[in-house]
Amino acid sequence: MAIRRRDFLKSTAAVATSLSLPRLARGADTASIYDIERFGNARILHTTDTHAQLNPVYFREPSVNIGIGEMAGRPPHLVGHAFLDRFGIRPDSADAYAFTCVEFEKSAGRFGKLGGFAHLKTLIDRLRNDVGAKHAMLLDGGDLWQGTGLANSMQGRDMVEVANLLGIEAMTGHWEFTYGEEVLRENLGHFRGEFLAQNVFLTEEAAFNDAPAFDKTTGRVFKPSVIKELGGHRVAIIGQAFPYVPIAHPKRFTPNWTFGIREEELQKHVDALRGNDKVDAVILLSHNGMDVDLKLASRVTGIDVILGGHTHDAVPQPIAVKNAGGTTLVTNAGSNGKFLAVLDLALDKGKVGDIRYHLLPVYSELLKPDPAMAELIGKLRAPVVTDWSEKIATPDRLLYRRDNFAGPVDDLICTALRTELNAEIALSPGFRWGVTALPGQPLTMEDVLAGTAITYPETYVQEMTGAEIKDVLEDVCDNLFNADPYYQQGGDMVRAGGLSYTCSPTNAIGRRISELKLDNGKSISASRRYKVAGWASVNGQQGAPVWDVVAKYLRSGRMLPERLGTGVTLNGVDGNPGIAG
Amino acid sequence: MTTTTGPHPTRRLILQGAVSVALIGLGNLPFAPALAAANDKYPDEAFKLKNEAEAIKALYGKTPEPSDKIKLDAPEIAENGAVVPVSVTTTLDKVTSISFFVAENPNALAASYRFPDGAIPAVANRLKMAKTSSVTAIVEADGKLYSATKDVKVTVGGCGG
Repeated sequence: MAIRRRDFLKSTAAVATSLSLPRLARGADTASIYDIERFGNARILHTTDTHAQLNPVYFREPSVNIGIGEMAGRPPHLVGHAFLDRFGIRPDSADAYAFTCVEFEKSAGRFGKLGGFAHLKTLIDRLRNDVGAKHAMLLDGGDLWQGTGLANSMQGRDMVEVANLLGIEAMTGHWEFTYGEEVLRENLGHFRGEFLAQNVFLTEEAAFNDAPAFDKTTGRVFKPSVIKELGGHRVAIIGQAFPYVPIAHPKRFTPNWTFGIREEELQKHVDALRGNDKVDAVILLSHNGMDVDLKLASRVTGIDVILGGHTHDAVPQPIAVKNAGGTTLVTNAGSNGKFLAVLDLALDKGKVGDIRYHLLPVYSELLKPDPAMAELIGKLRAPVVTDWSEKIATPDRLLYRRDNFAGPVDDLICTALRTELNAEIALSPGFRWGVTALPGQPLTMEDVLAGTAITYPETYVQEMTGAEIKDVLEDVCDNLFNADPYYQQGGDMVRAGGLSYTCSPTNAIGRRISELKLDNGKSISASRRYKVAGWASVNGQQGAPVWDVVAKYLRSGRMLPERLGTGVTLNGVDGNPGIAG
Repeated sequence: MTTTTGPHPTRRLILQGAVSVALIGLGNLPFAPALAAANDKYPDEAFKLKNEAEAIKALYGKTPEPSDKIKLDAPEIAENGAVVPVSVTTTLDKVTSISFFVAENPNALAASYRFPDGAIPAVANRLKMAKTSSVTAIVEADGKLYSATKDVKVTVGGCGG
C-alpha cells in the first residue's frame, strides 16, 4: 500500500499543474491530490452517471470516440495519447489510468478500482467540510438509479436511500424515467433533495385530463430550478433532463410527458431568474450530453456553468463557449462513480468573478470508506449478494464496453444472443454504462447484470430484410455523427454480431453504411430476409431477459470466439484523434 | 363618445379570420372546400403532388425565398412520427397564407391555411411524418413568398447513454 500510495502521489502531482486553463486551478504543490486550495465563497460538488455502482469498479475509458465536423479533434472527442497530450497528463500516471484507455490492464493492477459510494461519501464530506456546510452543495446529474441488478430489482429505491445519506440536494434524470411515471414519483417522495427538470412538460392530452404537474400554467411536470444561498450569495440551479427519453426508451414508461431540449423555455427561465429573482449565478445541471451542451452554451445566454453528464465524458477542464451574453463554461464529469467534480466559485453581486474546477478521480485505495455508507450498502446488497456472487465464467480477455462501434462486453452479448436464439445476426444497444472485467478474474451474475439491467431487457428474434438492417444502422449512426449535435441522442453505435460493415462517419444519413457482410463473407442482400436476435427494443417484446440468455451461454463454458464477430471498417476518419493510435 | 354592444372590432376580426382559416389541410375530406374562404378553391392538385417544389408551385405559382422573419417551431427528433407538433409565427406583414410541406412524405403538402386581413399569422398543428425529412413552412405575405425549413428526425429509437 505504501508503494502504491507513492505511485499515486508521484504521478498525480505532475498532472495537477497542467490541468489548468489560465483561469483555472493550479494545485501543484499539494501534499495530497484531495487537498484543494481554498478558493472563492461557494463550492458545488457534482456527480453524474454513477449508474448505481455502489462499490468501486474498473471502468476503461474509450479508445474510439470520434467527433465529426466542428466536434472533430475537440474535447470530448479525444482519446488515448491525444487526450493525454491535450490535458498534459503523463502516460504512466494514475490520472492517465483514470481518464483514458492507455495501458489500462497494466494500470488496473497498479492503481486499483475507482468510485464506490462509501468512498465518494468520504471524499464529498471532506470537501464539504473544507469550506463549511453553508458554502457547499452537492448535485447529481442523473443516471443515478440504474445500472445494477440491485437498482433494477428495487426500481431505484436503493439509490434514493444512498442519495439521501450522501446528501444530494438536487438532481435531474434520464434512466430514472424508465421505471415509469408512478415509480418515479414514489421514489421522489422518499428523496430529500429536489428533482429538477425544466424540459419535461405534460402532453396536451395529459394537461387536458388534469394530470399532476408542478406548474399547471406552463405544464411543467417538475420544478425547473432551485435557488440556494451559498456563502451569502444566491445561486440558481436549473435541471435539464435527458431530452430524448420517449425516443430512446419505450414511450410506455412516460405516456403523459413530453421532453426536448426546450432552448426557448430555458432562456425565458434563465432571464426570469436573473431579472426577477436577482440571482448571482446560474448553473445548468444537465443530462443533455456534452456535444449538445456545447451547442446550447453558444445559443442560450446567462448561464455561468453547465455541469454536464449523459455522454460519460471525463473532461478534466471546463470548455469555455462564447455566446451573445458572454461566456458559458461546459463540463462533463465521467461515469460510474469514477469522478467527483469540484466547482469553486468566487461569487459577486449578480455575477461570478472567477472559478476553479477540478475533476477528481475517486481512487478507492486512497480513500477510507465512510462507515455509515458502507453499512447501508451492505444492508441493501444483503438480500441479493449470495445469489449473484456465484462465479459463472472466467474471462479470457479484458471485457469492456465503451467504444463507438464495438467492445468485448457487447461481442459477448451478441455471441450469446446468436448462439442461444439461433440467429444469423444479433443487434445490441450501444450503452455506455456497465463495468469492465479483468481477464482471469471471476465473472459473476452481478457483473452480467451490471451490463444489462434495464426495465425492458426482453430478447427477441425477428426476420429483417437486408435493407431494414441497413436502415437501422444508418439511423443509429446518425444519432452519433449528425453534424448538428441537437440531432444526436448520445450513446454509441448499435452493436452488430455476425455482421461486418464499412462506416463513413463524415457522410450524411443514408450514405454512411456500406459493404454489409455476414460472418461467412457473403454480402447482405437488400431484399433477402435474415434472422436477427436482439434486446432492449422500444417495442414490447416477450423473450427471456437478456441477462439470462448471456448467463446461460457463459455457464455452458464458452467465452468469446477466437476471432471477434464484429468487424467495422472505418472510412474517411484517418488521423482523427477520436481514434486511439 | 359612442357605445358599442358587439365585440371589440379587433376581436371580431380575429374571430372572422379564424372561421375562414379552418383547416384546408384536412386533406381529402369532402367538405373541406366549403370551409375555405369564399374566393379560394380547394387546392386539389397541390395536395396530390409528390414533389415539394412542384407542390409549392402548384399552390402559389411562384418560388419562395428564405426569411428569418418566420419562426418555425418543430422538434429536432420527433417523439412520435404520427403526430409531430409544428407551429409557425411570423413578423411579416400582410400575411395571406401559411402552408406546411414535408419533403419526404408521399405527398409533400401537409396543410395550408388562408388568412383574411387582420388575422394574426400564427398556426400550430400536428403533422404525420413517414420518415426523417425537412419540414418547410411557406408564408405568403404582401403577394410574395417566404420560407423557413427545419429537419425533423423520425427515428427507430434506442439509446446508449
